[in-house]
Amino acid sequence: MLGRLTWAAIPFNEPLPIISVAVVGIVILTVLVTITVKGWWPYLWREWLTSVDHKRIGVMYVVLGLVMLLRGFSDAIMMRTQQAIAVGSAQGYLPPDHYDQIFSAHGVIMIFFVAMPLVIGLMNFAVPLQLGVRDVAFPVLNSVSFWLTASGALLINASLVIGNFARTGWWNYPPLSELAFSPDVGVDYYLWSVQISGVGTLLTGINFVTTILKLRAPGMTYFRMPVFCWTALATNLLIVAAFPILTATFMMLLLDRYLGMHFFTNDAGGSQMMYVNLFWAWGHPEVYILVLPAFGIFSEVVATFCGKALFSYRSMVWATLAICILSFMVWLHHFFTMGAGANVNAFFGIMSSIIAVPTGVKVFNWLFTMFRGRIVFKTPMLFAVGFIITFVIGGLTGVLLAVPPVDFVVHNSAFLVAHFHNVIIGGVVFGALAGINYWFPKAFGFTLDERLGKASFWCWLVGFYLAFTPLYVLGLMGMTRRLEHIADPSWQPLLLVAEAGAVVIFGGILCQIAQLYVSIRTREQRLDLTGDPWNGRTLEWSTASPPPAYNFAVLPRVESIDAFWQMKRKGRPQAEPAYEAIEIPRSSPAGFVTAFFAVVMGFALIWQIWWLAILGFLAAAIVVLIAGWSIEREHEIPAAEVAQMERAR
Amino acid sequence: MTDSFEPVFDRTPGVEEHGPTVSYLSYSVGLGLAILATITSFVVSQTDLLWPPGIPVGLIVLAFAQIGVHLVFFLHLGSGPDSTNNILALAFGVLIVFLVISGSVWIISNLNSNMMPMPQ
Amino acid sequence: MTSAAIDRISPELPSELARGRGGGGPAPKRIVVAYGFWIFILGDIVMFSALFAAYAVLSGSTAGGPTGAELFNLRSAFIETMCLLLSSYTCGLGILSAERRKAARFLIFAALTFVLGAAFLFIEVTEFARLVEKGAGPSRSGFLSAFFTLVGTHGIHVASGLIALVYLVAQVITRGLRPAVLRRLLCWSLFWHALDIVWVGVFTLVYLWPS
Repeated sequence: MLGRLTWAAIPFNEPLPIISVAVVGIVILTVLVTITVKGWWPYLWREWLTSVDHKRIGVMYVVLGLVMLLRGFSDAIMMRTQQAIAVGSAQGYLPPDHYDQIFSAHGVIMIFFVAMPLVIGLMNFAVPLQLGVRDVAFPVLNSVSFWLTASGALLINASLVIGNFARTGWWNYPPLSELAFSPDVGVDYYLWSVQISGVGTLLTGINFVTTILKLRAPGMTYFRMPVFCWTALATNLLIVAAFPILTATFMMLLLDRYLGMHFFTNDAGGSQMMYVNLFWAWGHPEVYILVLPAFGIFSEVVATFCGKALFSYRSMVWATLAICILSFMVWLHHFFTMGAGANVNAFFGIMSSIIAVPTGVKVFNWLFTMFRGRIVFKTPMLFAVGFIITFVIGGLTGVLLAVPPVDFVVHNSAFLVAHFHNVIIGGVVFGALAGINYWFPKAFGFTLDERLGKASFWCWLVGFYLAFTPLYVLGLMGMTRRLEHIADPSWQPLLLVAEAGAVVIFGGILCQIAQLYVSIRTREQRLDLTGDPWNGRTLEWSTASPPPAYNFAVLPRVESIDAFWQMKRKGRPQAEPAYEAIEIPRSSPAGFVTAFFAVVMGFALIWQIWWLAILGFLAAAIVVLIAGWSIEREHEIPAAEVAQMERAR
Repeated sequence: MTDSFEPVFDRTPGVEEHGPTVSYLSYSVGLGLAILATITSFVVSQTDLLWPPGIPVGLIVLAFAQIGVHLVFFLHLGSGPDSTNNILALAFGVLIVFLVISGSVWIISNLNSNMMPMPQ
Repeated sequence: MTSAAIDRISPELPSELARGRGGGGPAPKRIVVAYGFWIFILGDIVMFSALFAAYAVLSGSTAGGPTGAELFNLRSAFIETMCLLLSSYTCGLGILSAERRKAARFLIFAALTFVLGAAFLFIEVTEFARLVEKGAGPSRSGFLSAFFTLVGTHGIHVASGLIALVYLVAQVITRGLRPAVLRRLLCWSLFWHALDIVWVGVFTLVYLWPS
């Protein structure tokens, strides 16, 4: 009846997960009780859970990403602590089985449920505003995307208390991830949660490619689009081209595990290398899916806070597109040591070095934008400067790793761990934090506290260098990654420094929480009444903060790049425009309900409760069919109401 | 986003722009060419009509020809400036498909040839 | 419409401001929907490319089991191909009728398309059953896993296409050929034609490729 699910699935004998789950459970319960007591459910349901407004969905993505960041970070600091104390005769506090789950969960969560929601959330919020339009191409689909991503996150967190998580590392290589060696539900939790959220991500990609190519304000030709929109276009093209590969690969592994097939098994002609190959054919584009939007955010931030047009806009665009194509030609550098011949390794080594060139072009563009600019060091700009320095270091160690002979020496070592954290924290996380600080006033109508924002930046920056510079050194000293126990005591001092770095980063996270709290408490003093707190250049700053549901009462006419900057220089027209009635998409529970059944289906598949899986699938399919039956999805705001709202600005 | 009747200079795949007779003709020509390509493929693969080592190349050429026929006659993929977006998206997809398939085959066959020989 | 006329909205406007090339403002819904679906199809084909790659790599991994040449029945593969090709043709003619608001003719073509698609599926399922009966099921070898997954995924696509066709025909009958329904039909036809394109890859690489 319940498949593999029994009471034994709940790890009552392990205090650590039980205590943490109890704490999280109490927090969730408190939140739910508060919402119920205060009677906020109707508001939440109407305005958020069923919302198809791209701004609301964007905010929900970012919240999801930040909450999961806390989970991923607690995994990180647990690993750092284990490595810092489990040296020589000491065994630390984490048993190997638990430690292996933690490093796997850390990777999966940080990539799929922190970095992805953060960049997708910021794209959701900013892209339609920057394009000067009212919503994305498919608003209901957008809500489905978000809730499917949230479903995946929910399933991953369920693995904490019901069953366990994969012990295979985040790449989940077979044969270790095959049924023969990972017979329990850990790998299934990983695969199904990523499959479900992956569908959501693919739908996002389709939605945004269509939005950017087909929905833009009148006059906004391709070469008048803000750079963030260009990078969003490239990212979403990569999503559409890369995520199906991951879906297919995970499907093959699932077929191996569930139906006894032999894609990647040791016996009957399976090929483990094929998994590695396909995984990275998705995995390398994924790196650029994450970092390209960050590049876009920094381009906006640098231009805004230097009061200058971005240096060499066109080279920025072409560099973005070059990266978009090249990122599909380098994937073998993730497995140089797998046994390929010299010619294959040489080809992919050279391609990997070449992809550094367009990235270098971008770095110079940012530097030349800053050159002789009037730089205003607000928090987003600090993150941008910190990013440029940090990312160049990470990029250079990447070029080093792209040389196959060097890779043979340092592959699978702490050096590699330091490298990719260098580009992902220095690039993606800094980019997301810059973006949050930059667009927060647009989203909520008041600015974030600068003092705490800057404190958070300095903690992140210093903490990052403290935590990861030692890992470069340790990697060169021969320390491999994912060690649960350190045999060589001479590594301990550096590991302690890394631990201190993680604590400093934790300080940065606390500063961010404090920043949010303080800013909300003092929001009356920090209201953004103009809609343009940073003297911005692009169209999102031309509407009110927070923008009305329809974004723009009259679609702006675009005559150049940096359209809003040009409007400000020309002066706004004095006469009030003739307002017309505006159609906006109606809220829809389709996303939330589909995702609910997707969770049911995923959970049932993980535990092999077949009847429930079929039921969940059918229910989700029926919801989709019902949603597809409706004809009228818009609701109209009358012209008078639009005029009233615009005059109140 | 409403359906307006103003002239729109933008096209999507699958919409033909001709009168009824031309359209029926287009589908019929497409069907004829596709059947021809299919039959040739089956014949080529089963006979020595082609020089045997050239059969894979022949099959690939025929497959591409047939896919082209489908794209032009069934999906009405045009070459005009209004179809640029459609063609560019297709070109990107074709590039990715090519990279994934040929890259995988190249990488894995290279690995296999570098393996120790299996005991027979 | 002549090609000169479709180049620009009006003679004064530079051509880059025409819709479809940037500056004309948001595209109408039918363009947006069909283009989005086109992108979805490309993503779907990329997913197939991973399955094709797996098949290409594993086609020799028979693990001592039967090879493709021993198993495949070219005659039924040819009949399947013809069914799908003809269904693509009838699907195209059905869309032509729908665009001209000829509902009765559309329904006839839709029924033909359904029958041809169902015939394809029937032959495929029979073939699969025959292989499994012979002991050449998907868990026999890496080659057969890849074969069943590649061809089966295509088959699942065909099956969902048939379900979608029934669903859309129900919409046509209850709602008539109004713009929203037409948009969905157009997307469905893109899907159906794309499945035929994928099948060209399948019969070339799986059934005809010399071992």
